[in-house]
Amino acid sequence: MKPVNFDYARPADVGAVLALLAEDGPSVKLMAGGQSLGPMLNMRLVQPDLLVDIAAIDELKQVTDKGDAIVFGACITHADIEDRRVPDVTHGALPRVANGIAYRAVRNRGTVGGSLTHADPSADWISMLSAVGARVTLRGPSGERTIAVEDYMLGALEADLRPGEMLVSATVPKLGRSARWGYYKSCRKTGEFAHAIGAFLADPDRGVCRVVIGATESRPIVVADASRLLGDGTAARLEQVFDSAAADEIVAAAGMEDPLDRQTHVVALRRAIERAHSA
Amino acid sequence: MKNQGVGASMLRKEDDRFLRGRGQYVADLRLPGMKDVAFVRSPLAHARIAGVRIPDEMRDRVYVAGDLKGVKPIVAVSGLAGFKVSEQPVLAFEKVRQVGELIAVCVGTSRAEAEDIAATVELDLDELPALHDMIEARKPGAALVHEHWGDNVFLETFVDVNMEAAYDAPIKVTREISTARQSMAPMEGRGTVAYWDKRLEQLVLHTGSQMPHIVRTGLAECLGLGQEQVRIVSPDVGGGFGYKGILLPEDICLAFLAMKLDHPVRWIEDRREHLTAGANCREHHYIITGYADRDGKLRGIECEATVDSGAYSSYPFSACLEAAQIASILPGPYDFPSYRCRTWSVSTNKCPILPYRGVARTGVCYALELVLDAIAREAGIEPHEVRLKNLVQPEQMPFDNITRKHFDSGDYPEALHRAMAAIDLAGIRARQQQGEPDGRLIGIGHSIYCEQGAHGTSVYAGWGIPMVPGHEQATARMTPDGGLEIRVGVHSHGQSMETTLPQVANEILGIDTAKIKLVHGDTEYTPYSTGSWGSRCAVMAGGAVATAAREVAGLAKGIGAHLLQADVADVKLVDGHVVGPHGSVSLETVAFTWYRRPQDLPASVDPRGLESTIGYKPVRDSGTFSYAAHAVVVAVDPEMGDIEILDYVIVEDGGKLINPMVVDGQIYGGLAQGIGTALYEEMNFDASGQPLASTFADYLLPGPTEVPAPRVDHMETLAPYTEFGVKGIGEGGAIAPPAAIGNAVNDALRRFGAELLHSPMTPRRVLEAIQAAKTASAASQVKQGEFA
Ligand SMILES: Cc1cc2nc3c(=O)[nH]c(=O)nc-3n(C[C@H](O)[C@H](O)[C@H](O)COP(=O)(O)OP(=O)(O)OC[C@H]3O[C@@H](n4cnc5c(N)ncnc54)[C@H](O)[C@@H]3O)c2cc1C
Repeated sequence: MKPVNFDYARPADVGAVLALLAEDGPSVKLMAGGQSLGPMLNMRLVQPDLLVDIAAIDELKQVTDKGDAIVFGACITHADIEDRRVPDVTHGALPRVANGIAYRAVRNRGTVGGSLTHADPSADWISMLSAVGARVTLRGPSGERTIAVEDYMLGALEADLRPGEMLVSATVPKLGRSARWGYYKSCRKTGEFAHAIGAFLADPDRGVCRVVIGATESRPIVVADASRLLGDGTAARLEQVFDSAAADEIVAAAGMEDPLDRQTHVVALRRAIERAHSA
Repeated sequence: MKNQGVGASMLRKEDDRFLRGRGQYVADLRLPGMKDVAFVRSPLAHARIAGVRIPDEMRDRVYVAGDLKGVKPIVAVSGLAGFKVSEQPVLAFEKVRQVGELIAVCVGTSRAEAEDIAATVELDLDELPALHDMIEARKPGAALVHEHWGDNVFLETFVDVNMEAAYDAPIKVTREISTARQSMAPMEGRGTVAYWDKRLEQLVLHTGSQMPHIVRTGLAECLGLGQEQVRIVSPDVGGGFGYKGILLPEDICLAFLAMKLDHPVRWIEDRREHLTAGANCREHHYIITGYADRDGKLRGIECEATVDSGAYSSYPFSACLEAAQIASILPGPYDFPSYRCRTWSVSTNKCPILPYRGVARTGVCYALELVLDAIAREAGIEPHEVRLKNLVQPEQMPFDNITRKHFDSGDYPEALHRAMAAIDLAGIRARQQQGEPDGRLIGIGHSIYCEQGAHGTSVYAGWGIPMVPGHEQATARMTPDGGLEIRVGVHSHGQSMETTLPQVANEILGIDTAKIKLVHGDTEYTPYSTGSWGSRCAVMAGGAVATAAREVAGLAKGIGAHLLQADVADVKLVDGHVVGPHGSVSLETVAFTWYRRPQDLPASVDPRGLESTIGYKPVRDSGTFSYAAHAVVVAVDPEMGDIEILDYVIVEDGGKLINPMVVDGQIYGGLAQGIGTALYEEMNFDASGQPLASTFADYLLPGPTEVPAPRVDHMETLAPYTEFGVKGIGEGGAIAPPAAIGNAVNDALRRFGAELLHSPMTPRRVLEAIQAAKTASAASQVKQGEFA
């Protein structure tokens, strides 16, 4: 299990990365934390001619406060968020989820951009960032575009990355004062990928009530308007209004046929709601 | 001097280098000119080899079966009647019988380059129907792994003791129980560096091995070399668990290349090779019936047991050991009058099943102990009451059981009593009545096993496999400065022998353990031994070291008596000194005199000097019987199927403990592996025989957060037949956990009438069992309604 022979580049800025991506001929692979790519290289599932290491690019480590949102670069690591080097605007949601990803050694290197682009359905960020309504910005030969996180993931291990493009940043909205969130993942051991994820955000100040059911076969199920499940999201104890049967219907409609899978996913969501956190 | 003898919980001598990262493993070895190899392995489970195409420019870097002139296949027979022989080719020809089987070996300047070369080799394989299910493989008309056999059964055994007498028992409980195929997963995989030593005309193989002498014998026979032409060096070994006792085709390939090429070659097994091609174990299937009286007294056990032995009989333990052992050890520590057991070792298109810590015992314990709990539920009594009714009693010792196993000593009921008291059965039952605030279900379970260790000639001669242990030898030799060297043929792969064997020598000679050096892991320097397996090192190597040390003590007393001008009958050895009626002399002086001032010795001095090589066998070699009761409390999440271990108690009787801390370490490690068997580890295959777990993302091992800190209590009933009363305990920790945890889970799920009978008990299986029980009870309510 050793990778094929490849060349290695460590460009100084995003422009240089895009120039390498634009080159005709060699197959190019970006590497951020290498936590998913490393094993894939070793197993020769990926056989690039050129590996472009983007972990040292300054722009991709920047954090900017935009007033109603915070923008951070693609190479921000899980540990950066866990340790709050990225200021928290989510009432603790992102640091908490970061803390539950894998082990510290993985979190020190693994990046948000890498996690979203790797697009593993059972990964944490795709579900939680969808729940908080985050967006990602991609830069490529024809400029920049910004899309919702959940739309960036096309399917299992497939991201909406066009030729020559890379992910440069994520934008996370600041939650309102009365916002509540919850996150629950079911996995068999510490650091193992999840088998079921439930996440929710009720942010009445901003008129948001969203629910995400993740760790499915493919993209997470995002219910942007969760009023059917949670009413207007203002009930003191949301689990009392939570409609499990309706959640089961939603999961079934999304194509999850196995009744036990549906059960664990609905329970994960219910537990996320039971464990609601606020400011 | 601080007590460093038998019974002292000394810190481990080897820890200094291990904790500083200074261990020396095969992969640490760098030899000039060394090249790496990678193998072309079969991608299919069962196929005819129509062709192997090697690009012309790679022809001198790639070797296939036809190149291995004069190399014999690996053959591990058993003398048991009816055993069918398999020939495991070093490189496959004509046919492949498992995914991962070696077809070609490629030599590169690095492993990556060797893999590049391997990728240029094209295989032309005609796929054959593959056998992945041992029960299907047993049926007539199944595809054949070894055509000339006519069926797929390595060996069938049958034992019957008055079974029919039990058939009128009022309680009869039948269960179909199975344990998944596992992978052994030591931290360090296999690895070999081989070269030809031109000066000594010797093949040298550095390979992490538990059994260096057996590997030497097997390798020499396959290669047609004299055994003096083969040297096996086993450096530090990062765990073995049985896998590193096996002679692999990879080893023979490396040896062949070393003899053919002018440079050393190296193969370091990677985790994918380990999981998919090599280190499989454990896969058992039982249909087992317990017959009992209403009070739980066992009348008999009847069982059909099948073991998936995989494609080949591996060297030296053979494909029979696992299944045939089931028949002899299934009765466990219980005394009952009727028994019948039929076993099959079945060949399938998977890699050979290898003996893994606990060998057949983990599966046997799981099957029997689950049935005992089912009997308890049927009889409406507490499970431990059923066990107390049937356990062999201390006053029966020594005791020959229904399969003529000779239990040497022990108080099994006492172990169980202590375990139940420590786990607080009454308290847990009360807690179950109250229910948990988080909705989880609490269950309590326990299991008991016995572990036959260090069984010797009389037992293994009967199996008729390539290896039969005889006397275990050790050398003890004083150094000129009064230190001691001990040489043994067993090898430590985590057993702490660099600490415990010096403790044994210290007990007898009083030499500071800091000055006692263990030499092991090299066939050139150590006496022949079958090696480290079967919980035998403390008993056998410990006994041998004690015997050799005693010889040296006698020799030292002879020299000391001369120096003291005393009669040898009047001197004693005390704390490293020869003490006579009128004075004493240190062992340092004794050694100095023998080696450096021979002029001070009389002509009549014993010419053996201060050195002895001698063999040891216990008074009876039928094995020591250590045992333990494990008790556990679990919480089961009925919505998610998750199982959490809340409390774990182990009461173990290992006889005299040479180093109690080391014994605890063995128990903790075994427990972690037992929890793996119970809850996590599973090698799955698809219908075409493809292994489905090729990384640790798919093959789950318990980590530190999944293994509880057990509470361990020791009983020390001395073994009657061994030096110091030591019993073998190396495997026990891994035997009982699946049964104890399984019983606890079934206790928790009792309200649903659900039972789990397959390990690992995954969340999915928990939910399925609950669902099946709910469906069944709904169906039976409908039925009752119909008749009402
Ligand atoms: C043992 C272990 C346990 C884990 N457990 C979890 C877990 O519990 N939960 C979880 O969510 N994750 C888990 N992970 C995954 C981890 O979070 C990784 O960090 C993440 O999947 C990938 O991030 P990375 O920065 O390492 O990306 P890399 O491995 O470097 O890259 C991944 C992919 O993304 C591409 N890529 C990276 N950055 C960009 C970019 N800016 N633009 C375009 N493409 C890009 C790469 O080309 C590659 O295809 C685990 C990983 C390991 C090794």
